[in-house]
Amino acid sequence: MRIMLIDDSKTMRNIQKSVLKQLGYTEIEEACDGQDALSKVAAFNPDLCLVDWNMPVMDGLTFVKTFRQKDKSTPLIMVTTEAEKSRVIEAIKAGVNNYVVKPFTPDLLSERITETLAKVSA
Amino acid sequence: MDANLIAPFITSVQHVFSTMFQLPVEVGDPSIKNTNHCSHDVSAIIGMSGEFLGNVVLSMPTDTAIAVVALFTGEKLDTDSDDFADAVGEIINMICGSAKASFQRKNVSISVPSVVIGPNHRVTGQSDIPCVLIPGTTDCGELVLEVAIRPASSEAAAA
Repeated sequence: MRIMLIDDSKTMRNIQKSVLKQLGYTEIEEACDGQDALSKVAAFNPDLCLVDWNMPVMDGLTFVKTFRQKDKSTPLIMVTTEAEKSRVIEAIKAGVNNYVVKPFTPDLLSERITETLAKVSA
Repeated sequence: MDANLIAPFITSVQHVFSTMFQLPVEVGDPSIKNTNHCSHDVSAIIGMSGEFLGNVVLSMPTDTAIAVVALFTGEKLDTDSDDFADAVGEIINMICGSAKASFQRKNVSISVPSVVIGPNHRVTGQSDIPCVLIPGTTDCGELVLEVAIRPASSEAAAA
């Protein structure tokens, strides 16, 4: 299972990486914004992406819209401080499969990752 | 300033610290800030735009910031490291993101955070926006949230 973490905060990527490692996922690629992620997806070919919303250069929503033009199936989880219902709807319309609001507990993130992967493989 | 604008920040600072660091924050009485100098030596700053304008600053003494970042990252980082600034910036990002979700107005955006470290630094916001200091106490030390925001439209500001 190859998982890409897209967040401009290294601290947040490290926390997510720690949760993923506890779940047994160790094949992880990191990107610091949407553009960086787009430049890495072809080579890494992720099975799951965790995407922040507010990032410099290219935000997460733009990344999701661009990514979905070519890839309709790889699951995307938005992990963001954007907690308004309208934002969640906007993200889902753009193509995210699940949504985690920061701050989160490791248990919640773990639950959403497991839930998302289970839905995709069902 | 409308108390309804301050309450979400009180709730969110407590929520972020308890969820991410398991660190309760006891919040003191808010007051109006009368100086441009930040309350402490480590400040994380974020701008708000859209239907609300202004900025929000999380200011902590260096020792408190080091201790909080250690809870966040799992390691004691030097204040000179990029990772330290990244972690402090992410804290204010979560506080403001969480607070703005409580606003009635929907179109509010937050900027990418900035972090300033050093004694007696100043953060100058818009002069027409009063700044409210929200003091907090934790087991890691004191912190202050400085909230200087107002509705963007003059009609809303007058309401």
